[in-house]
Amino acid sequence: MSGGRIQKRFAELAAQNRAAFIAYVMAGDPDAGTALSILKGLPAAGADLIELGIPFSDPMADGPPIQKAALRALASQMTLEGVFDLARRFRESDAVTPIVLMGYLNPIMSLGYEAFAARAAAAGIDGLIAVDCPPEEADPLADALDSRGVDLIRLATPTTDDARLAIVARRTRGFLYYVAVAGVTGAKSAAASDVAPAVARVRAASGLPVAVGFGIRTPAQATAIARVADAAVVGSALVDAIADALADGRDPVAATLGVAADLGAAVRSARELVG
Amino acid sequence: MRRFAGPDTMISADTLARPALQNDYMAFPDPRGRFGDYGGRYVPETLMPLVLALEAAYEAANADPEFHRELNGYLATYVGRPSPLYFARRLTEHFGGAKVYLKREELNHTGAHKINNCMGQILLARRMGKTRIIAETGAGQHGVATATVCALFGLPCVVYMGAVDVERQAPNVLRMNLLGAEVRPVISGASTLKDAMNEALRDWVTNVEDTYYLIGSAAGPHPYPMMVRDFQRVIGVETRAQLLEAEGRLPDALVACVGGGSNAIGLFHPFLNDESVRLYGVEASGDGMHTGRHAAALTGGRPGVLHGNKTYLLQDADGQITEAHSISAGLDYPGIGPEHAWLYDVGRVKYLTATDDDALEAFKLCAKLEGIVPALESAHALARLPEICAEVGKAGVVVLNLSGRGDKDLATVAARMGVTLEGAA
Repeated sequence: MSGGRIQKRFAELAAQNRAAFIAYVMAGDPDAGTALSILKGLPAAGADLIELGIPFSDPMADGPPIQKAALRALASQMTLEGVFDLARRFRESDAVTPIVLMGYLNPIMSLGYEAFAARAAAAGIDGLIAVDCPPEEADPLADALDSRGVDLIRLATPTTDDARLAIVARRTRGFLYYVAVAGVTGAKSAAASDVAPAVARVRAASGLPVAVGFGIRTPAQATAIARVADAAVVGSALVDAIADALADGRDPVAATLGVAADLGAAVRSARELVG
Repeated sequence: MRRFAGPDTMISADTLARPALQNDYMAFPDPRGRFGDYGGRYVPETLMPLVLALEAAYEAANADPEFHRELNGYLATYVGRPSPLYFARRLTEHFGGAKVYLKREELNHTGAHKINNCMGQILLARRMGKTRIIAETGAGQHGVATATVCALFGLPCVVYMGAVDVERQAPNVLRMNLLGAEVRPVISGASTLKDAMNEALRDWVTNVEDTYYLIGSAAGPHPYPMMVRDFQRVIGVETRAQLLEAEGRLPDALVACVGGGSNAIGLFHPFLNDESVRLYGVEASGDGMHTGRHAAALTGGRPGVLHGNKTYLLQDADGQITEAHSISAGLDYPGIGPEHAWLYDVGRVKYLTATDDDALEAFKLCAKLEGIVPALESAHALARLPEICAEVGKAGVVVLNLSGRGDKDLATVAARMGVTLEGAA
């Protein structure tokens, strides 16, 4: 069982009047050992929650940075079992930071929903975002996850109208992920002025914390989003830090955690600056 | 309790004397876009409102006689329908079994069945007020057909094509460019059809307001598999009428190649409930099933989710999609349309395979005996005619869908035969 880590974390942050920084990294990028070092360093660098990508051969909602991260991970033989193993080893030294898996449905379906839910829960995983599983197709997966106490976190987007928002919110648990731009990950940037009313709408419909992702790359953007949302998710900028470090022969762990620390500080200070 | 009033509920001496129709195979998909357990709408949330709007627009168009009048007009005067049903005397004599008829889809404008679907969808896109068209293509046949209908209606067109396919289908790239389309080479993954489809989906998710995604096969999220099938059904509807006129009877067997499976489902669908008609789909087994280098999703794959639908896929033990291999770019896809997945499971259609070498031999045979150079895709279906004609027997009739012409494949065939084409691209 997840032990309600997600709920607990958002409650703590709400009490401190600050948003969460959610750091996304791809499991096994560039290899299992390096990815584990990055994971273990993320909470100290300021990550309040961790999104762990499940690599997939055909990531149709992702832009080039995360596509390449998936290819690096697959090239280093990362598997779904390897993803669970990473989470398990992270949990050995961190019992509180929530871990949410994010990926595409086929590897999950291939393992089987029941087996996936059981192994995820046993590995200390708290939630799942299944990018290509809309509410219309999600009931069997949601049933399996519910039975193990793993939260199925759904996505709302700029194309989700009020009628759909009710459908999206119905079985969402933990938090709701608002995709700030119509597009793939890491491509367009989101304007906080567009995001604020959308977040309010999604929060009202779901009664849950709203995390905003897709299109947040810089500390300044993270600050702007953290003023209006309950969490800011950054992925492509972190996996780019890994790619750049590898290309330059620098240490990918230090490089990624450095970028994460800047983003974490930006989120942490966002509402203080507003005062 | 009221039951669905199908033939199986009307028990009489007559129906008991003959094998009863157990299923209404033509009643699918269900309202959730399912063919049995296959199909559905596995797309990111950003695209869900778009596929729902597409479904509503298609249903409205389908119910509007004016839409069909307009479509039939273009099919008759621009595409060149009906396509002939031709009795292939020399192939029949060569195999020494059933009479072989060829449904001549290769005589359509642009040289393949693909234009039937493109014409339907472009009229739908216009009704929806869309101003930009995107498509994916493998061999380039669907890309050419899409570029053609976009030229016809003056709409900008972007075609995603794997960089490997851009290389091996250079003449079709030139054709698309001449037709005014922009061809974007895709260098992700293995740079073939599945990667082109990923990239087209990424474009669609980014350009949600103005863009219509014109999918070329009976695959993708609902309503595409149903809609593409409906636009390709004209093949089977014509075949039925033409064969009744020529032979006064239904065929004993229908044969078509299957990649995504749009030409096959278009031929088969009007005959699904005629259980006396045997249906054969032929998948590409590339270097041979035993080598693992093939494109036979049903014969060598298992169910999963890709590109918006649940269907049979080539994948590894961990659910990663594996690359397909076929001499024919149009069959070089690791999945198959969801209706075929269901027809395979229920056993209504029998799925066979043909290797690259089988297809190449059939390609040459058809050219030599009938004066028709078939597409390498269609040559896979031709390759299984000897067994099917023997099984049906001399008194029977077999119809094969000659889905495309082979001009586009000459460079591929030349390379296989060790022939150098002077001045070839």
